Amino acid sequence: MVRLQSPAELEELRKHMLAKRDTKKPCITICSGTGCRAYASEKVSTAFEEEIKKQGLDNTIDIKTTGCHGFCEKGPLVVILPGEICYVQVKPTDVAQIISQTIGESKILDQLLYTDPVTGEKAVHESEIPFYKNQTRLVFGNNSKIDPTNIDDYIVLGGYSALSKALFEMTPEEIIAEVKDSGLRGRGGGGFPTGRKWEECRHAPGDIKYVIVNADEGDPGAYMDRSLLEGNPHSVLEGLIIGAYTIGSHVGYIYVREEYPLAVENVFIALSQAEKYGFLGTDILGSGFDFSIKVHRGAGAFVSGESSALMTALEGRVGEPRPKYIHTVISGIWDKPSTLNNVETWANVPLIINKGAAWYASIGTEGSKGTKIFSLVGKVNNTGLVEVPMGTSLRDIIYTIGGGIPKGKKFKAVQTGGPSGGCIPESLIDSPVDFEELSALGSMMGSGGMIVMDEDTCMVDTARYFLDFLSDESCGKCTPCREGIDQMLAILTNITEGKGQDGDIELLEEIAEVTKNASLCALGQTAANPVLSTLRYFRDEYEAHILEKRCPAGVCKALISYYIQPDKCQACLICYRNCPVGAITGAKKQIHVIDQNTCIKCGICFDVCPQRFSAVEKISGRPVPPPLPLEARVIKKKKSKGKK
Amino acid sequence: MKKITLIIDGTERTAQEGMTILEAAQEAGITIPTLCYHPSVTPSGSCRLCTVEILKGGKSRLVTACTYPVEEGIEVKTNSAAVRKTRKMLIELLLARCPSVPVLQELGREYGVKKPRLKKIKNEDCILCGLCTQVCQEKMGVSAINFVGRGVNRTVDFPFERMWDVCVACGACTYVCPTGHIQNEAHKVAQLKRKLGIERKCRYMLMGAVSNKLCPHNYECWRCEYDQRTEYRLCEHPVLALKLN
Repeated sequence: MVRLQSPAELEELRKHMLAKRDTKKPCITICSGTGCRAYASEKVSTAFEEEIKKQGLDNTIDIKTTGCHGFCEKGPLVVILPGEICYVQVKPTDVAQIISQTIGESKILDQLLYTDPVTGEKAVHESEIPFYKNQTRLVFGNNSKIDPTNIDDYIVLGGYSALSKALFEMTPEEIIAEVKDSGLRGRGGGGFPTGRKWEECRHAPGDIKYVIVNADEGDPGAYMDRSLLEGNPHSVLEGLIIGAYTIGSHVGYIYVREEYPLAVENVFIALSQAEKYGFLGTDILGSGFDFSIKVHRGAGAFVSGESSALMTALEGRVGEPRPKYIHTVISGIWDKPSTLNNVETWANVPLIINKGAAWYASIGTEGSKGTKIFSLVGKVNNTGLVEVPMGTSLRDIIYTIGGGIPKGKKFKAVQTGGPSGGCIPESLIDSPVDFEELSALGSMMGSGGMIVMDEDTCMVDTARYFLDFLSDESCGKCTPCREGIDQMLAILTNITEGKGQDGDIELLEEIAEVTKNASLCALGQTAANPVLSTLRYFRDEYEAHILEKRCPAGVCKALISYYIQPDKCQACLICYRNCPVGAITGAKKQIHVIDQNTCIKCGICFDVCPQRFSAVEKISGRPVPPPLPLEARVIKKKKSKGKK
Repeated sequence: MKKITLIIDGTERTAQEGMTILEAAQEAGITIPTLCYHPSVTPSGSCRLCTVEILKGGKSRLVTACTYPVEEGIEVKTNSAAVRKTRKMLIELLLARCPSVPVLQELGREYGVKKPRLKKIKNEDCILCGLCTQVCQEKMGVSAINFVGRGVNRTVDFPFERMWDVCVACGACTYVCPTGHIQNEAHKVAQLKRKLGIERKCRYMLMGAVSNKLCPHNYECWRCEYDQRTEYRLCEHPVLALKLN
């Protein structure tokens, strides 16, 4: 690799690379994001390598392991270029067939194609799958085309052209104006206008300034930052370098979780490659601008995702937030002006510089521009990463892209914004998703987690779960967050255990309000959201728990009992054999009965009872009928219907 | 220094740039209750008891007086209904943790906390304000004690919960503790005092205020003339007073 000295050299290199690439040569791309790796995509790629070697096709077929494609539900994903044939759930045993038939004879293997569960149609190309078809993949799109460990792939797709444009054709003021006009807002949760943040930091007094990438993504079920950093690290680096040039910073930090080993690895590779080409270090592209990036690995505290806590952690101390009445753009790490942005925010910057603010501002709603990546998880058919324009309705995301709720269950609520977000009920599913709308609904954008819940979810238990998470993760510095969350958790636990009392709801609301208003950092200020939003939309469930001692969804163990309906039981002995505590009495031709005192409510009998009988019933809020006397339990053999 | 005018509780006051609302209010003779605030260390804003309401640009919000810098033209309400409600809940939360601390009981009476509504989590004296750890770090420069753990389970302790030589039993932490919790830990201090004289230094030796290499009083500070005189003269804990000047 040669260190590039000018934008012209970069363009020449790009041309040279493009000329070298044979677009007609078959290329097998295998997704190796963390999701697909969990499905053993590495074995698939080794199988491809071995098979190609075995057949002596080394020179005629290329193999590329790419970043996350986003459709994690169907991993490992394999896309074969140039035809863009997409195979899902590929196993190492399918490899030989793919090479001999798809590549050798241009035949498409039907059994590996994606089948639409509703229409039963097969989709040959990635772009025909409804999950991808309805997305707008601006930031995330290149993930599937790039080998994250090879900077050349990024350069071929126009990489670092935004950097050279920013360095040579624009002044920092022009860049700030461009970012401001684009309407880009922070993707980490707060939604602060990025251009304004940069401007304040640029004009803040002081010579030493810092730029930081916040890759401390800790929300349960959210992984868009990880996938971006794993799959396309250079887009983040390019945004960061442009930001540094704009603000006048010469040192940048990437704060990435140690729990993301692949992201850490790929970032280090990307940094060393960018340095070799001269996108980092001294005199970047011959512009005279110096900039270097350091990687700081987080030690695993959720609160360190909060900007001031992250900066404290970067300084080498315990990651605890500090008062931000003086903004971090004025006094951040080591009291120097610092600009901290989320991974996704930085990755949006090269797009804006390349395509212009007007283009970017044309996407999205009035207050929220551009696209947003959501991680769609929970009770939804198509789990994965979804990038849609701001203002797309929740229904489109969950039903059109997500494919609806599995097993024909009913949708109940969606939790947006991670543990401190709120639950949005079915009645509001047509609301457009943007910063203002979600806040108005009592939730928040957060970093973009979306947990879908079906009718079998108890909302009180959900609120309890999130508060349990937050009470573990609260740093404990300020009183309302430390003590308030713990008290709310105690009340919620009582309610789910059937010990709820009159007045609990009011007390919850009172504590929640103080936690929201008086906490030191955003973790505490939003910690009450799960409670407040479920109280707002599902108050009846709370009341059922407290007043009727009934759990409408049948989740809270203390409030439910399992009961075998005597008229439905066929004495098949399946539940009898599977009960782990021997609480079921029964025999052949004798109706089974659960001993309520021994039962631990594990629900196994409910799950194993054959669907055609459905004899086991969940009872909540009313007493369990007394068991039949032993004599009455005998099943008289019915006349068989089959013979006439 | 630039002068800044702001309204505190309906009266116009002037303060110097860089002051906090709390300092400005104290100068004006207005009392704002505090627990984790001490003039000799950086305000941390952890107990949140000094929460006040500010009106800025037509918007009202709750901030902590000890950390919020005075700003031109803001209106501060130190005792509005929202403030009292917040403080009352904060006191209730702290009382659920430390039911028998006199300072909190007194505050509870003042803010109308009647019978306890919350679950009693613990029965201890430490409200985790962090003053002791701050004074140890910022004033003594040793960080002999610090927080251990996270959330409700955090405590103040020595590293690995073992008594160590870095703590010279200077007593600065006991002096700043708002609830008197550290005094209860006196046995640890006594343990230290039993150690051989040559193994440790006193606070004045550490600060370079005395040139002795060994204490003639076997490290019993109440017998030390220097210590008593300094405390008497400065009407402050000697460590804090000397470090401040």
